[in-house]
Amino acid sequence: MAKMNMLQAINSALSIAMEENKRSCVFGEDVGHFGGVFRATSGLQEKFGKERVFNTPLVEQGIMGFANGLAALGYTTIAEIQFADYIFPAFDQIVNETAKFRYRSGNEFNVGNLVIRTPYGGGIAGGLYHSQSPEAYFAHTPGLQLVFPRNAYQAKGLLTSCIESNDPVIFFEPKRLYRASVGEVPEEKYSIPLGKAEVVKQGSDISLLAWGAQVEIIEKAAAMAEQEGISCEIIDLRTVLPWDVETVVNSVLKTGRLIVSQEAPVTAGFASEISATIQQECFLHLESPIDRVCGLDTPYPLAHEKEYMADHLKVYEAIKRSVNY
Amino acid sequence: MGKLNNIDNPNNINSSDTLSLEFVSEHALSIPSFKMLDASGKMYKGAMKSTMDKKTALRIYATMRFVRVLDERMLAAQRQGRISFYMQCLGEEAAVTASAAALEDKDMIFAQYREQAALAYRGFSLENFMNQNFSNEKDLGKGRQMPIHYGSKELNYMTISSPLGTQIPQATGYAYGQKLDGEGACSICYFGEGAASEGDFHAGLNMAAVHKAPVLFFARNNGYAISTPASEQFKGDGIACRGVGYGMKAIRVDGVDALAVYEAVKMARDYAVTNNEPVLIESIAYRLAAHSSSDDPSGYRSKDEEENFRENCPIARFKSYLLKQGWLDEAQDEKAKDEIRQQVLDALKTSEKIEVPALEELVTDVYEQVPPHLQRQYEQLKQHIIKYPEAYPATAARIVSNTQEAK
Ligand SMILES: Cc1ncc(C[n+]2csc(CCOP(=O)(O)OP(=O)(O)O)c2C)c(N)n1
Ligand SMILES: [Mg+2]
Repeated sequence: MAKMNMLQAINSALSIAMEENKRSCVFGEDVGHFGGVFRATSGLQEKFGKERVFNTPLVEQGIMGFANGLAALGYTTIAEIQFADYIFPAFDQIVNETAKFRYRSGNEFNVGNLVIRTPYGGGIAGGLYHSQSPEAYFAHTPGLQLVFPRNAYQAKGLLTSCIESNDPVIFFEPKRLYRASVGEVPEEKYSIPLGKAEVVKQGSDISLLAWGAQVEIIEKAAAMAEQEGISCEIIDLRTVLPWDVETVVNSVLKTGRLIVSQEAPVTAGFASEISATIQQECFLHLESPIDRVCGLDTPYPLAHEKEYMADHLKVYEAIKRSVNY
Repeated sequence: MGKLNNIDNPNNINSSDTLSLEFVSEHALSIPSFKMLDASGKMYKGAMKSTMDKKTALRIYATMRFVRVLDERMLAAQRQGRISFYMQCLGEEAAVTASAAALEDKDMIFAQYREQAALAYRGFSLENFMNQNFSNEKDLGKGRQMPIHYGSKELNYMTISSPLGTQIPQATGYAYGQKLDGEGACSICYFGEGAASEGDFHAGLNMAAVHKAPVLFFARNNGYAISTPASEQFKGDGIACRGVGYGMKAIRVDGVDALAVYEAVKMARDYAVTNNEPVLIESIAYRLAAHSSSDDPSGYRSKDEEENFRENCPIARFKSYLLKQGWLDEAQDEKAKDEIRQQVLDALKTSEKIEVPALEELVTDVYEQVPPHLQRQYEQLKQHIIKYPEAYPATAARIVSNTQEAK
């Protein structure tokens, strides 16, 4: 075990994967010599050489097209998009190509060895274009897996599974926690399964569900609610697509209440998908309406960032509303 | 049959036949850099005669110097935690200012983000610069974007968008409309040599050539895209050579030489507006500062390299030209510089005290009118803030006092 922040944990997972498998490449804007603008790939070029770890020209559609091609040959392909806000020039390559490679060819070809790493999320005074959480656009695309770590330990284990998975993944890294999340992380390889939510804390009155950096927010709200004697069950979804319906259903069958919280705008966010499924599965067990605590339906603002965010106070208020319904 | 008849040349090529089997070399084209002033600010022997008058020259100089002071001061403010972010244009002041000076006021400017000098040349006030950087309620952009994302309808300067390259095809479309309007206006579109790798660059230049849009594509080749050197960005001869591929005129210019930039852009503007065609201009300079306040270049380039280029200061070069011309008085210049410093400092202090925009501005401008669902979200948020005023100090006081007044 060692103390690592999330960047170091990610770096460690990448380093182990590249060590294990010579047919693997890591690339993206500024990821080479410099090690990425957040330094997640720091030192990898020195260790594995310029042919396997390199800067690309500044073109996201190119990065993803290149990545699809390399992955189609069977290479473990780990492409970085510098900010999730800048993934959209690559939207076509991801949605029409990556996601459909296997299906359209009748499994003649696939890009299952592809992992797209991208920092996402707000709370860093990043304004419109350094704060977005665009998972909902991709959650509407069958064929993709979407994975979110909530801390350093989860980041290494989940990223390792993403790299080993035989289906393509977008690994959304909560950049607000890159340096803030520090914890004990094994230096050796370990993995955390994809497609499995984790009950982070057991509780009996209400279920709180989030993913990525938002887990910290619901934990904070739960701590406030516990002060008032409300017992909260906290679930980290971890994989947004395909998601672990069973774990969430079991929790709600027990508590009868659910709040889903996400950073992204409320309308057509993934919280809505979860709400629809859970009301169908647990209708007769629900004690109150499922609530969503999310970003507002506006672009991500700067001066009003605090007001905009789905913070712990908003979640706490929702908990009280739900319990007092 | 007229124009529809492609019998002669369906492939739209312009070539002769050959019997020798050989490649065209990747170096077949090598584009020279147009210059007028040498490093000491003296006209090269045989340089073209400058058409820049004294008034324009002094305005360019004043703008460059203003931006240098503004940049120094705002970077310091960022270091002190007074603003969240900043970007300097150190080393590229001449390229941006002199190119803007070669335009007419009615021409539209599409910038990337490092072109504050073009906006300053147009007359954006010091207060406007400050208010944007402090995201306060007087910011024309209503405090929504990060610092340096300026914009001004009045000054024909399109609001900056962080996603790179997106302004390039937009400039093409805008210029196409300017052509249809027939008022002799054009657009200039600035972008870095890094952004020129984006797909939008290809789309924008190809469409401009095909649809004959009077747009000046101004590539700021400053050697770096964050940490990525130009040598890892492209293999061709800079950006200018691509103009030939798209079928448009191109010119490369020494971006440290204000006179040369001015003449190149003036010629390009004349050509674009007269012929309704795009022109590609590549300016060669060096990004002397860090990429932004979030960046530390010591991780990817040497101090020696930076020092080497530091001597090549566009402002110093232009200043010695002005002195030689007898257009500038050294003593007066020093005094003016001190005055600007003081003005910038005063404006900063005023601006940082101005409140953030009212909470309503969070939900306005998403659409022309605030739709019902957003109005509801706003009302809920307001109630929430009234309940927890300490948690939202930027907006709470005003909401609470307004609510009390209403009662
Ligand atoms: C689509 C997109 N991808 C990535 C980024 C992140 N980014 C911001 S500036 C920059 C480098 C730009 O370099 P260049 O175009 O040469 O301009 P310069 O900074 O040198 O003026 C990058 C990669 C972005 N803003 N937009
Ligand atoms: Mg550059």
